[in-house]
Amino acid sequence: MMLDRIMERHRETLILLRRNRKIKAGASILAVILAIAVIGPYTTEYGPLEYTGAIGEPPSSRHPLGTNTFGYDLYSQVVYGLRSSILIGLLGGILATAIGVLIGFISGYFGGIIDELLMMLTNIFLVIPTLALLIIIAAYIEHRGILIESVIIGLTSWPWTARAVRANTLSLRNREFVYLARMSGMPTRSIILREIAPNMLSYIIMVFILQFGGAILYAVGLDFIGLGPTKGISLGVILQQAVLWNAVQLGMWWWAIPPGLLIALLLTSLYVINTGLDEVLNPRLRRQG
Amino acid sequence: MGLIRYIGKKAVIYLATFFVAVTLNWAIPRFMPGNPIGILLSRFATLPESAEVMYSYFTQAFGLDKPLYEQYINFWRALLNGDLGVSIYLYPQKVRDIVLEALPYDIVLIVPAVIVSWIVGNWLGALASTNRRLDNILMPIFYFLTASPYFWMAIVLAWVFTVTIPIFPPSGAYSPGISPSLSLSFIVDFLKHWILPFLSLLLVMLGGWAIGMRNMIIYELESNYSRYMEALGAPNRLILRYAFRNAMLPQITGLALQIGLAVAGAITTEIVFSYPGLGYLMLQAIQNQDYFLMQGAFLVIVIMVLISNFVIDIVYAIVDPRVRYTYTGETG
Repeated sequence: MMLDRIMERHRETLILLRRNRKIKAGASILAVILAIAVIGPYTTEYGPLEYTGAIGEPPSSRHPLGTNTFGYDLYSQVVYGLRSSILIGLLGGILATAIGVLIGFISGYFGGIIDELLMMLTNIFLVIPTLALLIIIAAYIEHRGILIESVIIGLTSWPWTARAVRANTLSLRNREFVYLARMSGMPTRSIILREIAPNMLSYIIMVFILQFGGAILYAVGLDFIGLGPTKGISLGVILQQAVLWNAVQLGMWWWAIPPGLLIALLLTSLYVINTGLDEVLNPRLRRQG
Repeated sequence: MGLIRYIGKKAVIYLATFFVAVTLNWAIPRFMPGNPIGILLSRFATLPESAEVMYSYFTQAFGLDKPLYEQYINFWRALLNGDLGVSIYLYPQKVRDIVLEALPYDIVLIVPAVIVSWIVGNWLGALASTNRRLDNILMPIFYFLTASPYFWMAIVLAWVFTVTIPIFPPSGAYSPGISPSLSLSFIVDFLKHWILPFLSLLLVMLGGWAIGMRNMIIYELESNYSRYMEALGAPNRLILRYAFRNAMLPQITGLALQIGLAVAGAITTEIVFSYPGLGYLMLQAIQNQDYFLMQGAFLVIVIMVLISNFVIDIVYAIVDPRVRYTYTGETG
């Protein structure tokens, strides 16, 4: 029901969204990559950690992305790895967005001493390099799974979101329609749910897209250092093994290049979609002609 | 006086951050399940001359038989004495010495990469914002660069320049047979090893700066002062110059945030090239479960980031007079 009302309010925006070239291009790439993650594992006969008998073979019709030193089929590794990387991105991204929005909103809406304390906390965690902190935490966890990895990423990467959402809340709070609602005696809960939340939704979606991408990058970085999931496969784990076993020096580019390319394309599509959204929702960025 | 008050306020925030980072560094291993530090201490006990190690404040800070507050105080005391414990992987070297030896390699990598990417990225971004055709070609490239994981960029460069066209060495900071000196042959050798990790950081960061600059200029060109100047008939170049100068300011603030990301990028990039900075050291520490070494590296990374943030804040205050005025009080 709330969605219907939002749709109605933003009919014009929705038309612009569908017409935006950046959103179209980004969404098409994203759709293809998501499809690979969902369908990919059903299109291969090998498991990601299954010995195929072919060792270090270049791409062929049997092994579209070749095999590595251990005889694993890299196409299988990549499609399964992509799936878990995206899963970590989603979970970590949702958690980081939720924490960031909550802290930023409380800080911006209520102000005063709460605001000062929360922003102090935010600024402190903003400066501490996230990946270094993640390394310290992950190194002490003995059995790491996808869930734990996404939780620690979510718990450490929220600060910039909190700061951005706070600024957004502050500007919304001082708009006329919110004043009007307050003057008419509307309770705080209703003001937040009916007046502010719908107006912030688009912003939160954009924040989530960036957090989703950020969580994937952090996870890939952690995996690469050897602190990823202790069992299973991910794009970062493939790259870690590739570097550990000198794939590039041994000429096995198919082991080290495609997984990273997939990450870069996935992140590019997210950034481009985000810019498209920004253009539609923030008309000052739109380019004439 | 505004500048001093501003710097003072920033210093308080960074001291608080340092305090939190040290506390985390103490608390994380202390409260994780499985008691890894206990296992580490027992490994020390079997080594020769272990009595000295066990006597260090740092080791005492992890002694489980003492009350928590005493452990915490010992940890700070050790830190202020410059005691970060003893490495088990490079036993009996002190963590402090190992970390300080690795630090210069990070600095020679990160500082030039950040500065050069900032200058070139801003320049390319400004170029894209004024030329539509260039904009359409460059923007997808910038997005792709900024979307690439640092270490993957490093892998690509390693593949191209050490395997396909082998013109640069694949690993290390200088050739094994050569010893560090100020001779020309050493400097050339050093630069040959340095160039690929440097380029990896540079390329990825460049994309972000260019996108930021391009968007900021377009934003400024749409603002009231630009429109007013346009209405007055000011030449385009003049309007653009004002837009450029205003767009610069957020890019300087952006530097502060970028430092943390650059450090993360350097950690993983060093691993690809076995470049002996803190990132490569951290990998060694993790692989050998040398927790003291890992935590020492973390602490030095945090201090490095704090100092660079502080420097950027001061530069920002000098460049943007509004910052100083805000801190001279309401009337300023």
